[in-house]
Amino acid sequence: MNTASVLRATLTKDLRLEWRSKDAINSMLFFALLVVVIFSFAFEPTAEEAQRITGGLMWVAFLFAAVVALNQTWARELRNQVLDAYRVSPAPGASLFLAKTIGNFLFVIVLECLMAPLFVVFYNLRSIGPEYQLALAAVLGTWALVVNGTFFAAMSLRTRAREIMLPLLLFPISIPALLAMVSATTATLTGESSPVLALEFLAVYDLVFTIICLLLFDTVLHAE
Amino acid sequence: MNKTYFLYAAYVVTWMVHITYLALLGRKAARLRREIEDLKRQP
Amino acid sequence: MRTAFVIFSVLVFVLLSNGLYQALVAAPTEATMGDVQRIFYYHVPSAWTAFLCFIANFVASIIYLLNRNEKLDAFALSAAEVGVVFCTVVLLTGPIWARPVWGIWWTWDARLTSTLVLWLIYVSYLVLRRYATGSQTAVLAAALAIFGFLDVVFVYMAIRWFRTQHPQPVVGGGQGSGIDPHMLHALLMNFLAFAAYGTLLLWLRYKLERTRHMVEAVHVSKAVAGEGR
Repeated sequence: MNTASVLRATLTKDLRLEWRSKDAINSMLFFALLVVVIFSFAFEPTAEEAQRITGGLMWVAFLFAAVVALNQTWARELRNQVLDAYRVSPAPGASLFLAKTIGNFLFVIVLECLMAPLFVVFYNLRSIGPEYQLALAAVLGTWALVVNGTFFAAMSLRTRAREIMLPLLLFPISIPALLAMVSATTATLTGESSPVLALEFLAVYDLVFTIICLLLFDTVLHAE
Repeated sequence: MNKTYFLYAAYVVTWMVHITYLALLGRKAARLRREIEDLKRQP
Repeated sequence: MRTAFVIFSVLVFVLLSNGLYQALVAAPTEATMGDVQRIFYYHVPSAWTAFLCFIANFVASIIYLLNRNEKLDAFALSAAEVGVVFCTVVLLTGPIWARPVWGIWWTWDARLTSTLVLWLIYVSYLVLRRYATGSQTAVLAAALAIFGFLDVVFVYMAIRWFRTQHPQPVVGGGQGSGIDPHMLHALLMNFLAFAAYGTLLLWLRYKLERTRHMVEAVHVSKAVAGEGR
């Protein structure tokens, strides 16, 4: 029972369950879609403005959708006392955490791939900067949201008002990452500046917080 | 002259925040004291 | 202990009164901003005191995770609460100062926004403590404290680097950047006063929390004894 095998087992289980039910992806997709449509009624950007604000808009939509997914990350484990089984087993907490995080990461990335064409259409986007930078921003940014989100979702399990607790904890902590992702996305779309600093910042943020999450997860898992 | 109102407002606000907090602490202390009395009265 | 407390309270009162005098009377009037600038003597020391409290919370949280001593948890909670109180003062006095001086209530520059986020993070810490169920609240809170504190560094850098389109007003006469010695004196006296007051509050809150711990322990032992019947 080593780290890698637990990780792989948990991850494949989650992916298979999700593939069969499509719970998370459906609710995320619908929610993100609603957000996009409502935003388009709230602002009526001209072509110029659209390039500038879409970065922020996209990430707000993805953030809210990610929270929808994260909220039910651990819910599945709570039913049938799966979480207790994990606590008792010799499996390292880190592998469980990584499996959950990677699972969530994949779900949100899939969501982003589905939503991206919608944004392109609704806001008539063309990227002036190279597309790979957008992809990089998406990958680094999503990981930033998901790694902290999975951790705080586990923390929120033992609180009242669980669904509010997660965003309440996650949003302030994610602010620097959000600033960086929006900056990188907008810089690439408008071509007005280089997103390299933002991307590097995101990479450091991801590294630091992934390490902290891995270090502290066992503590949180075994809390009561 | 107008600007000085802001000065007083800032100082007043500061002390209102501190007094509010002290009041909250006082209420908490009173509640605890009552609980201790109750516990002492029981066996 | 009680006498020490009373003596300290009197000392704090004296320091605060002196601070007030220094700020409103003794310090010279600033050339460009006028009397409004005196808000500086309350705004800045409150910010420094808040940061000190949050650093204390950070250190206490780390040590708590290592040795699980209840006293450290009580101290961490107290430090966070007092920190939030002072941070609230900073966020309220800031705009009150900004409005007459810059003509705007708020600007999203690095310092102000970091302070706002700092406040949000520690408020979420306090909310977690209130809403957590179960006996391991302290552990969860300590973990959050570590996240929160480290995050502040990132917040400050992120805003400095990714929000440069807004004008950067210089905050007051700066801290020590060619500041008039009389003004510096007033500033430091108020810092001393508020730091002392903060310590007093911390002490009070800590005692209260320890008392609450003990009352809870009594409840628990009663419940256990009751079941043994």
